[in-house]
Amino acid sequence: MVAVPLIVLLALVVVLWRGLSLDPREVDSPLLGKPAPAFTLPVLGGDQMLSQDLFLGRVSLLNVWASWCVACRAEHGILNALSEQPGMTIYGLNYKDDVEDAKRWLAERGNPYTTTLRDSDGLVGIDWGVYGVPETFVVDKHGVIREKRIGPLTWDYVNQDLLPLIAQLKAES
Amino acid sequence: MLRWSMIVVALLPLLAQAWSDQDENRWRALNEELRCLVCQNQSIAESAAPLAKDLRAQSRQMIEAGKSDAQIREYMTNRYGDFVLYRPPFKPTTWLLWFGPLLMLLLGVALVWRMRRGVVANGHAANREQTHQDIERLLKDIDND
Repeated sequence: MVAVPLIVLLALVVVLWRGLSLDPREVDSPLLGKPAPAFTLPVLGGDQMLSQDLFLGRVSLLNVWASWCVACRAEHGILNALSEQPGMTIYGLNYKDDVEDAKRWLAERGNPYTTTLRDSDGLVGIDWGVYGVPETFVVDKHGVIREKRIGPLTWDYVNQDLLPLIAQLKAES
Repeated sequence: MLRWSMIVVALLPLLAQAWSDQDENRWRALNEELRCLVCQNQSIAESAAPLAKDLRAQSRQMIEAGKSDAQIREYMTNRYGDFVLYRPPFKPTTWLLWFGPLLMLLLGVALVWRMRRGVVANGHAANREQTHQDIERLLKDIDND
């Protein structure tokens, strides 16, 4: 009989303790497992227009960034290092940024992106459910979103989660 | 001159239709029910975050385009998930959210009830025991005197 309140207390402790380690900013995206939202966007520093078809046929990352985004600085070195790996495709989505600022950013810090798309009014960002830059999406060969990382990439995340996932998606038919 | 004024008169209802008080009220009510994901404890109506501003513009455009509240909510949840709704939908994944408090209350009531019953039963027994002991001790004291 005495054990009942104790069990209830312990259950509460476990639940609340787990709650402490959850990040409320990491909201599961409803887009996981869904095709990449459609868009037509200009390429940074060019006239070319690209659509979501660019994801088809290869596993790729879409990294949402902006030159005004402080946290983007923290992950830029990791993106540069990732881009040097063979078979790695990283697309950039330059979110609500100034063209010249964005170009300067890439010139100064290195350009890890195969292509950077310009979302100047942030409307494509809304379609992708972007709410905090930086964000990184993993898109499979069929153009389906398989993973979303909110906040800057870290080496722990890259080595433990991202690279194994990319390898797994590459092995898929 | 007459033609111009006729055109203006013909256009007036169009202008009025574009954004009525009713639309404004709907827009405000809707924005207050949508969570801003940047500063999670504010609605997109209150938040000064750029994304909240963009989303307010988006909901306004959708009202202008004749979309229903349900369609606008669906647009938001398709992108940001049920978390954007301050009024969570009623479905299997949110049952715990809806019934959780009731469950806790019932659990609490059951627990208190069981414990009280225990105390009352034990209390009576303990009192009787104590009384017996006291009487015996008093009797002994009297005998010793």
